[in-house]
Amino acid sequence: MTVTVYVPRDSAARSVGADEVAARLAAVAGERARVVRTGSRGMLWLEPLVEVETGRGRLAYGPVQPGDVDGLVAAGLLDGAATGHSLGLTEELPWLAGQRRVTFRRVGVVDPLSAADYERHGGIAGLRAALAMSPPEVVEAVTESGLRGRGGAGFPAGIKWKTVLGADSPLKFICCNADEGDSGTFADRMLMEGDPFTLVEGMTIAAHAVGATEGYVYIRSEYPGAVTTMRQAIEIAYAHNWLGENVLGSGLRFDLYVRVGAGAYICGEETSMLDSLEGKRGMVRAKPPIPALSGLFGKPTVVNNVLTLAAVPMVMADGAAAYQAYGVGRSRGTQVFQLAGNIARGGIVELPFGVTLGELVNDYGGGTRSGRPVRAVQVGGPLGAYVPVGQFDLRTDYEEFAAAGAMVGHGGIVVFDDTVDMAAMARFAMEFCAIESCGKCTPCRVGAVRGKETIDKIIAGVDREANLELLEDLCELMTDGSLCAMGGLTPMPVRSAVRHFGEDFQRSPVNLPMPTVGPNGSRS
Amino acid sequence: MSSGPTAGGSPVELRVRSAVAAHRGDRGALLPILHDIQAEFGYVDKAVVPIIADELNLSRADVYGVISFYHDFREQPAAGTVVRVCRAEACQANGAAALFEHAEQVSGVTVEQVFCFGNCALGPAVEINGRLVGRVDANRLDALLAEANPQDRAVR
Repeated sequence: MTVTVYVPRDSAARSVGADEVAARLAAVAGERARVVRTGSRGMLWLEPLVEVETGRGRLAYGPVQPGDVDGLVAAGLLDGAATGHSLGLTEELPWLAGQRRVTFRRVGVVDPLSAADYERHGGIAGLRAALAMSPPEVVEAVTESGLRGRGGAGFPAGIKWKTVLGADSPLKFICCNADEGDSGTFADRMLMEGDPFTLVEGMTIAAHAVGATEGYVYIRSEYPGAVTTMRQAIEIAYAHNWLGENVLGSGLRFDLYVRVGAGAYICGEETSMLDSLEGKRGMVRAKPPIPALSGLFGKPTVVNNVLTLAAVPMVMADGAAAYQAYGVGRSRGTQVFQLAGNIARGGIVELPFGVTLGELVNDYGGGTRSGRPVRAVQVGGPLGAYVPVGQFDLRTDYEEFAAAGAMVGHGGIVVFDDTVDMAAMARFAMEFCAIESCGKCTPCRVGAVRGKETIDKIIAGVDREANLELLEDLCELMTDGSLCAMGGLTPMPVRSAVRHFGEDFQRSPVNLPMPTVGPNGSRS
Repeated sequence: MSSGPTAGGSPVELRVRSAVAAHRGDRGALLPILHDIQAEFGYVDKAVVPIIADELNLSRADVYGVISFYHDFREQPAAGTVVRVCRAEACQANGAAALFEHAEQVSGVTVEQVFCFGNCALGPAVEINGRLVGRVDANRLDALLAEANPQDRAVR
């Protein structure tokens, strides 16, 4: 009898040997096993995670190194025997069982490029439901669901869609922002690699809802696995009539293309991404006009993040009320949290909004990987605040975080232990902004350079109090005067570091070795 | 990659024009074209600028402005093994700064900084000749480099 064995093809799993494990398994097991490559379950500290199909469900083994495979097969892996790598039934692992997988329900479960798998696990139901409704009804459902933009800003998706629907134009676009450049975030990548049809389906529903005929997925070049998987998925979707001239026989026409970025962080900002898609330098545009009215090539355009669009099929299939039932306050639905950095159990934790930061970092994450105490966590990417352990009772809610001077953002959480130097991290925030600024507005382009220099002086012990005051002034100016979130939010990590970890700015003076970064960021 | 494009070198010009032709129907085709040229030649030589400008009816300044804006486009070929080390926060939390300094001490490799491969739970992350590797420390990096190119030797 042939046993089905699952090994992830996710880039993170491959970075620790999943390809070699899969190849060795296929070689050793031969006819006895069928090796299926899935996405990752998101338990990244257990990668490469091997699952074996049994009558009771899938049994998990991990982390499995290529050199372990022969021994595991000899010990009865294919019969589901207990070995030193046994973890039990995957679905019953407490880390996974405690989650509410909605957007990620199929990731790690299905073969990402099997259309049959996709439909068997509930795929395309949302598109069918949406096509049976009129565009305004779809927009209304998305509005009622309370779905807010998952890219970080949290703007209500339904309101954006309504604006595009109401715009009069023969040509409209759906653009998916898959330029997931924030450190500590990898959920977009894992979804595109592990369940790409969900994004295709979400974008097609959006096209029907607003009257768009053309869509682009803008994926960063640092994600070659996601680029390949999305391109293959789109080809398969055309073959199944999920895309093309007459989607599912409904009369809807929607064409979808993948475009690849070129290593510019700023292109994660929506207007800069639009310029990049137009083949230009990724310069930020002033708003208004908003992209919903004048977006790609000046046409009405929906710009949404991967996870926003990927949540839509579920909203349509199960109804707005089902999605709206999750969450707290005005933060509805689930958030795909990403535990990263110095963390014992890093990966994907999808839960309704409202779970506290402490529950995520300590209960799910298990504290630091180094075993030292947690000192700070950065939430929401490089532009998010550094939060001290004293604020671990903060609930993940857009408004509650904002009131505390922090942001939920994309749900990425980067953990640092007590060896971190927060003055160095504040300096890095400014350095990063200086490297990645598009250069259009002065507060960001010049402010970041001056900010880095000022922090250098503080670290070196030059006029500390005066320079701290100057830094605060500069932060205020960048916050108020920058064109986009790059310059506008860089002060958030800087100010939070000064506020919560002020002692790090008062250490005995050191002259940092200043790395010199070339104009293109390279130091070859 | 044997030789770079040269002005007026007709074989090169033909290859550039055919890269443009492959994207003729695409909206805003400049980035896909530049990606193709870099994939083919290993870098984007300044000599291709006027050819692309002519094909797309853009100014040379427009084309060069795009090439110089994006970190990905090299104006010279990379030397030896290309090592891209993530220097973003999540990898820094696991020692990426020291790893980056270590990589810079290795001879015969091109070391570049990258801000995030999306491998933030398994950092530090490094990409060696296009292959992503997680949980890299100095020893592992040396071993990987020796594997990638046996001629590379750690200086210290």
